[in-house]
Amino acid sequence: MNEIGLTHILFLSAILFFIGVYGFLTRRNMVTMLMSIELILNSVNINFVAFNKYLHAGKLDGTFFTIFIITIAAAEAAVAIAIIIHLYRSSKSIDVNDADLMKF
Amino acid sequence: MSNYTIALIPLIPLATFVVLGLFGRKYLSAFAGIIGTISLLISTIISLVTAYQYFFISGKINGIYQPIIALKYSWLQFTPSVSIDMGIMLDPIAMMMIVVVTFVSLMVHIFSLGYMKGEERFATYYAFLSLFTFSMLGLVLSSNIFQIYMFWELVGVSSFLLIGYYFDKPSAVAASKKAFIVTRFADLGFLIGILILAYSAETLDFGTLIARLTDASSPYFVNAAGASFIGISALTWGLVLVFLGGAGKSAMFPFHIWLPDAMEGPTPVSALIHAATMVVAGVFLVARLFPIFAFDAAALTVVTYVGAFSALFAAIIACTQTDIKRVLAYSTMSQIGYMMFSLGVAKHGGEGGLGYMAAMFHLFTHAFFKSLLFLGAGAVIHLVHSNEMKDMGGLRKLMPITHITFLIACLAIAGIPPFAGFFSKEEILLAAFHSNKMVFFVALFTSGLTAFYMFRLYFSIFWSKESHVHENGHGEGTLSMKIPLIILAVLAVFAGFFPIASLVTSDGLALETHIDYLFSLTPVALAITGILLASSLYKSENTKPQNIATTLGGLYTAAHKKFYMDELYLFITQKVIFNLIGKPAAWFDKNIVDGLMNLFADTTAQISDNMKGLQSGKLQQYASYFFVGVLGFMLLFIYLWN
Amino acid sequence: MTNLSILVIFPLLTTFAILFCRNVTQIKWTALIGSLLQLTIASLLMYSYYGERSAGNTAQMLFEARYSWYSAMNIEYYVGVDGISVIMIMLTAFVVTCGILISWKIETLTKEFFFLLLLLSVGAYGFFISLDLFTLFFFLELAVIPKFLLIAIWGSGKKEYSAMKLALMLMGGSALVLIGLLATYFNTDTGGGVHTWDLLKIAHMHIPYETQLFIFPFLFVGFGVFTALFPFHTWVPDGHSSAPTAASMFLAGISMKLGGYGCLRVATYLMPEAAQHYSWIIVLLATIAIIYGAFATLMQKDLKYINAYSSVSHCGFILLGIGMLTKTALIGAVMQMVSHGLMTALFFGAIGMIYERTHTRQIKELGGLLKTIPFLSSVFIIAGLCSLGLPGFSGFVSEMVVFVGAWQQPDAFHRIATILAAASIVVTAVYILRAAGSAIMGPIKNEHFNHLKDATWNEKMASVLLIFAILSIGLAPFWLINIISPDTQIIMENIARGAIGN
Repeated sequence: MNEIGLTHILFLSAILFFIGVYGFLTRRNMVTMLMSIELILNSVNINFVAFNKYLHAGKLDGTFFTIFIITIAAAEAAVAIAIIIHLYRSSKSIDVNDADLMKF
Repeated sequence: MSNYTIALIPLIPLATFVVLGLFGRKYLSAFAGIIGTISLLISTIISLVTAYQYFFISGKINGIYQPIIALKYSWLQFTPSVSIDMGIMLDPIAMMMIVVVTFVSLMVHIFSLGYMKGEERFATYYAFLSLFTFSMLGLVLSSNIFQIYMFWELVGVSSFLLIGYYFDKPSAVAASKKAFIVTRFADLGFLIGILILAYSAETLDFGTLIARLTDASSPYFVNAAGASFIGISALTWGLVLVFLGGAGKSAMFPFHIWLPDAMEGPTPVSALIHAATMVVAGVFLVARLFPIFAFDAAALTVVTYVGAFSALFAAIIACTQTDIKRVLAYSTMSQIGYMMFSLGVAKHGGEGGLGYMAAMFHLFTHAFFKSLLFLGAGAVIHLVHSNEMKDMGGLRKLMPITHITFLIACLAIAGIPPFAGFFSKEEILLAAFHSNKMVFFVALFTSGLTAFYMFRLYFSIFWSKESHVHENGHGEGTLSMKIPLIILAVLAVFAGFFPIASLVTSDGLALETHIDYLFSLTPVALAITGILLASSLYKSENTKPQNIATTLGGLYTAAHKKFYMDELYLFITQKVIFNLIGKPAAWFDKNIVDGLMNLFADTTAQISDNMKGLQSGKLQQYASYFFVGVLGFMLLFIYLWN
Repeated sequence: MTNLSILVIFPLLTTFAILFCRNVTQIKWTALIGSLLQLTIASLLMYSYYGERSAGNTAQMLFEARYSWYSAMNIEYYVGVDGISVIMIMLTAFVVTCGILISWKIETLTKEFFFLLLLLSVGAYGFFISLDLFTLFFFLELAVIPKFLLIAIWGSGKKEYSAMKLALMLMGGSALVLIGLLATYFNTDTGGGVHTWDLLKIAHMHIPYETQLFIFPFLFVGFGVFTALFPFHTWVPDGHSSAPTAASMFLAGISMKLGGYGCLRVATYLMPEAAQHYSWIIVLLATIAIIYGAFATLMQKDLKYINAYSSVSHCGFILLGIGMLTKTALIGAVMQMVSHGLMTALFFGAIGMIYERTHTRQIKELGGLLKTIPFLSSVFIIAGLCSLGLPGFSGFVSEMVVFVGAWQQPDAFHRIATILAAASIVVTAVYILRAAGSAIMGPIKNEHFNHLKDATWNEKMASVLLIFAILSIGLAPFWLINIISPDTQIIMENIARGAIGN
């Protein structure tokens, strides 16, 4: 038990993932929700890197995907913040429950 | 005379109808009467010539009058053997009828020239008259039982249109509806009767139909007489149902209720349709199918008793009515009853065929004197502007010609020799005497009543009190109103001498008839008694009629109220059919059937309403559904995959 | 004139032309000229059909044309006509033309109105010429959707409700039809497991008895909804009374006939054994519809409701004729389709024209119109007389053919059904005369009726066209019978073959 194995890393990523999900489902502040999404994405990144290292040591696929995800996360954050700003401008609130226009 | 020329008899009035109907109102208003009358005159001449040729030149083969099919076009082919043909069949009754129809129609056309003058819808009136004449001629010339049904409906609708001529009078509209619906109801019987007969005999053609159903050895007859429904053979059903149609048109009990109301129409129309022609269509129909009727005693018995009962029933009511046209209407019904039972007591061929001949004879004479009575009444109404007896009286000085002609007609209908009615009625009584004593006594009594109520009418109009009608310019009416009265009066005197007995008989053979003076004594004596009674009661104004009415009490009231037949019908239609069938049907449709559909829709809407809560617009709620869903799938895959 | 597709393409082109019109006058004239040309095409078609037949062409379908549409599903665009279709096409052309003539005063959204109306006619023409079941279904659907818009936009009264009800019930019907058609398709085999939508081929195949029993109710009830099969008729009163005049005319005149045609051509023709098996139910439901529709009409107070309920009753005769399964009765059913189509279009037209002037359809509020607007009142009375089956008009002929055909079934059940159906003509007389008596005749009930204007040229033209058609059937029915008789013969032969095979 002295070496850090795949299980440890997966465990960490799972914790990170569930923290992200919990944050996403419970926080009302859209910025916080965005941050929770970042946590989820990063937990996936950790998974990719870990699998790449432990299962396919000679390949770079996992790393590629991680970089993809980081890029997309950046773009997504930009778009999401733009949406949040617009919502704030129109309703003076970044509470997610105030943005429920898309209902029946 | 070629066959195509014969087709002109009905076609000329049809053409007149089309022309006047389309263009009359706008362009021909002034000439409509002249156009109608002249075209009918042509028709009348052709029909007189045709009848002459048939009776005296071409109709007889081996001394027997044969039906001649002048024209026949297949109109609607159902199956190879069953088809509706448009044809013209010439036989004695058809010939007699075309003469009666065209002639009376011509008289009415002429009379209307004066009577309807200045009416706003003058052209429409003549168009409808032409339509009626066309339909009636088509009816009597029909060679196919379905063809007769079609024209039957057409005369019904022309009658509807003419009764409703004064369409802004609600009573006229109601009367026209009533006439059409009551006869339609009876026609339903006719239609089903046709279907039964046509199905049994596999033909609609009169000649073939009669041949097949009067041959006891033919498979068709065996089939028809053998098949039965509630113990009555198909043949009897068919004939009785056909007779039902005839009873409807001829205002026999219990379908008579439309006839008195039909008097809402213009009086010349009543003279034409509801006295001389259309109402005898039922008699004509029975006569047309008489060979088959003669083969079926049960159906003929129905005809006899319905006819006899109607004759008596109507005569009783006629004694109590105060509207002169209604009195005439009930008298028409009574006289048609005579014709009906006369047919009913007849047999096919030979001496037994006396009743048949008598019915046709009476139809012939009745047409003249009854249309004369109506036209006379029309002239009176034209002057008095009222139908009620109480507004009349003492008119004999104001309108001498009407007075004389009316008197002649009254004598004719009462059966006083030597007027026309005497001869025909004698034959009927004789026929009844020979075959059914009960009917004979009913007829005898009715003939006394007839004389009474006709002279009650006559005295009330022309004698009674002094006239209080002011001379209002047009006096007795125009010349065109007087001429038909005179012509018809001449016929009412002399039509009885016409040799119907040798021309129109059940088997085409001439029938030997002779007036039995001893036999005639009773009816004539009865008629004279009736007249004397009427004269003592009504010749001068007194309170005797009132006293008698009071003495009779309930009976008088019942007769005056027409034995509550109208109320009964009203009850059945309004209360039973409308409330017990119509309303529930409409309610059922609106609430149950449609309610079920709406329930279906509402349930769907309710379900979706309940489900829409899921679509809350809350982002996090959606995300948790998503998350739970993914978890669920994960578990599913992990545990159920293998 | 052998290319049938022109019947579909031409109205389609007209609808496009309407889209490019600039003002109301242009739109109206484009629509009118388009429909008159339709009428011409239909007449030419009938003429050449007549010519071919008298030249001795005995093929079941004439002027056939066939293009592959979606070969993976064996769907073809396959058209052809027999006598029945030709008559129905003629009917459609008449009703559409008259509908356009009567809608001359549509003020709101004129372009859309005529566009939709002509689109409906595309659907109807396509339906009547299709010999491929899928194409047939395609055109059937095409003739449903525009009705929703026509009623919901230009209607009166509770129009949204009625439009929704009508569209949903008809869609429900066509859903049933679709199930039936798919089931039919997958039960066909042209050899090697290849299925077909080809109507004629299917008719000559023998679909197993059990399968027929399963499929027939879907097809018959599905089409039956269109033709007011009891108890699926409730869209009729609401739909008709809310619809604008032209849509009512189209709806009652043609749309209800799509159902009758489908019941005959698809359900009965393809499933003859099942048709025999279920015929007593059809007769029963049809008789109920006839009697019950007639009695329900007695109680109506609105002219449009009266005609709508009477349509339920009259369409019962179509189903009765089909259910009786005798050749004469089938002829009667087809004649009743044509006759009722014309007659009811005339009736709705007359009611619409009167409503436009008096702004009421309640018979209690109307009265004395014969005096002030004699032409329109006469049209109303003529339509009424045709409806109550007066000889000389088409209604009489078709009803009588149905009765005579029905009477050929000798057992008590069919006899009683026939007598009851015949009894309805008395009730018909009652409600028609009641309506005519108080709405058209009688004293003038409203002062402003005195200033009504009688029919304009377009209204006169529409009425005369329809009356002409009604009279030409009523006075000379033999030409109609000659056209449709061979085709009903073919359907009867299929039924007879089914009876032997059973």
